[in-house]
Amino acid sequence: MDKFTGKVWVLGDDIDTDIIIPTEYLALKTVQDMAPYAFSPLRPELAGQIRDGDMIVAGKNFGCGSSREQAPEIIKALGVRCVIAKSFARIFFRNAINNGLLLIENDKLRDAVSEGDEITVVLNHFIEHQGAQYPITPLPQNLVEILNAGGLVQAMKKRNNSKGI
Amino acid sequence: MGATIIEKIVRNNTGKEVHPGEIVTVNVDRVMIHDIFIPFVASKFEEMGFTKIWDADRAVLIYDHLVPASQVDDTRHFRIGNEFAEKYGMKNVHRADGICHQLMTEAGYVKPGDIVFGTDSHTTTYGCVGAFSSGIGYTEMASILGTGTLWIRVPETIKVEITGTLPENVMAKDIILKLIGDLGADGATYKALEFTGDTVENMTVASRMSMANMAIEAGAKCALFAPDEKTAQYCGITLTEKERDLTGDADAQYCRVIQYRAEDFVPVMACPSNVDNVKPVSELAGKEIDQVFIGSCTNGRLEDLMAAADILKDRHVAPFVKLIVTPASRKIYREAAANGTLEILARAGAIITHPSCGLCCGRTGGILTDGEVVVATNNRNFLGRMGTSKVEIYLASPKSAAACAVEGRIIVPKVK
Repeated sequence: MDKFTGKVWVLGDDIDTDIIIPTEYLALKTVQDMAPYAFSPLRPELAGQIRDGDMIVAGKNFGCGSSREQAPEIIKALGVRCVIAKSFARIFFRNAINNGLLLIENDKLRDAVSEGDEITVVLNHFIEHQGAQYPITPLPQNLVEILNAGGLVQAMKKRNNSKGI
Repeated sequence: MGATIIEKIVRNNTGKEVHPGEIVTVNVDRVMIHDIFIPFVASKFEEMGFTKIWDADRAVLIYDHLVPASQVDDTRHFRIGNEFAEKYGMKNVHRADGICHQLMTEAGYVKPGDIVFGTDSHTTTYGCVGAFSSGIGYTEMASILGTGTLWIRVPETIKVEITGTLPENVMAKDIILKLIGDLGADGATYKALEFTGDTVENMTVASRMSMANMAIEAGAKCALFAPDEKTAQYCGITLTEKERDLTGDADAQYCRVIQYRAEDFVPVMACPSNVDNVKPVSELAGKEIDQVFIGSCTNGRLEDLMAAADILKDRHVAPFVKLIVTPASRKIYREAAANGTLEILARAGAIITHPSCGLCCGRTGGILTDGEVVVATNNRNFLGRMGTSKVEIYLASPKSAAACAVEGRIIVPKVK
């Protein structure tokens, strides 16, 4: 069973894509160039504090706003293992899966954790926090296939290789 | 059992009955890519191993967010876009014609019943002509360019019925802001909005565009208006039997029905820093402002500029206020010049800019700083959207915005 443990950073409701990465940094050349500005309108210091394997726990409608795919890419580039939110905005949800960033929907955990707490995620089963377990609803099969391939680019590569084009 | 508009569009596209919640693969009729994301689309497309676009004539490339370049690296996006278009035979490239969401219907790329995806969240706009259109990321765009298909989950539909006559100082923008306030920023997530009622039937396609444009601010996947004679005229087509049938059936299943009386609407604004933080303008009156922005894919059309000009005629903006006007396309710019609208606005002290995304996405043409207040007709007031994170952005209709520009503070536009 796949499981991992990490420290959480806690954010509120409606964390929009302009907060995750403001438009003025979108034309920087690489996602690595943009990463230091992640969350800067809200918490300018946060990008520098996140460490590999940390997790973000947020309220409802995480990732609302624009279609910028740099939003999930940057979160992944910062080393965030997964984002757990009460709910996700739809374009962000698709973009995250397509980039192999794991998202978990849970409406209770956010109000139980404090920043800096450790949680353990047992994939497809539950999240554990201070002895309490929060269930995880499995993703639809077509999305699992994209995640398992390592994102949509890898899934398409595989498809194109097998077709020999 | 009857069907909603979105169910009919997906059914016609896939050739089978569909129900909300089902995951289906659709054949894409048109795609739109804009300048910010073309470099990423191009690299993902090649990384995926594609060597040709499934149907290059169905792809449209539009430069609007970075036009004209304001930072030294911006032109790289145009160069990569030009090379990609040339290499893969894309003929539909607009380099300075206006904002993508205006051009897609204005230039005839989208027709009723089409399924369209764009690399921009406000792609919901094309629901104004009864098309299913939605925003996606650049990786998915690259996969559509290669395959011509995309998976979607068939959404449930919220029906919004509006009947009666709007007060004179209320515009379509006030309706959609009120609806977003009532639904909340995630109230329509994963869902389709379907607008009906005689108020909507009497609206211009331009007004329907303002509403469809902002559907994403309530999280909606798409927003649909049944195609009618106005749609046909706007698109320059005669509606086919199939297109005429793109209305919600009386026995269709809606997850929610919301009804409004047009007479009950008042001018409203979305207050900092969430689009669903909506209040009547009367409650905000008196607040001093530094700038007014009239433009964007939400409210940069001829009727918007004319509504503003009607208020600004023979008057002048307050001395400390900068009024920035940005027509949504070159066509609108020329029409507004030809009918005297730009002359009225210029006399009133407006700074008139070239058609582009401009200030709406916070890159050019009037960036603000800490402590400043702007009344703007675009679609987002997120933290840092138009400058620093300490700028207060109030979203409003063109009538409200013009009235505020004259007063130098927030004021309810007068009914004549």
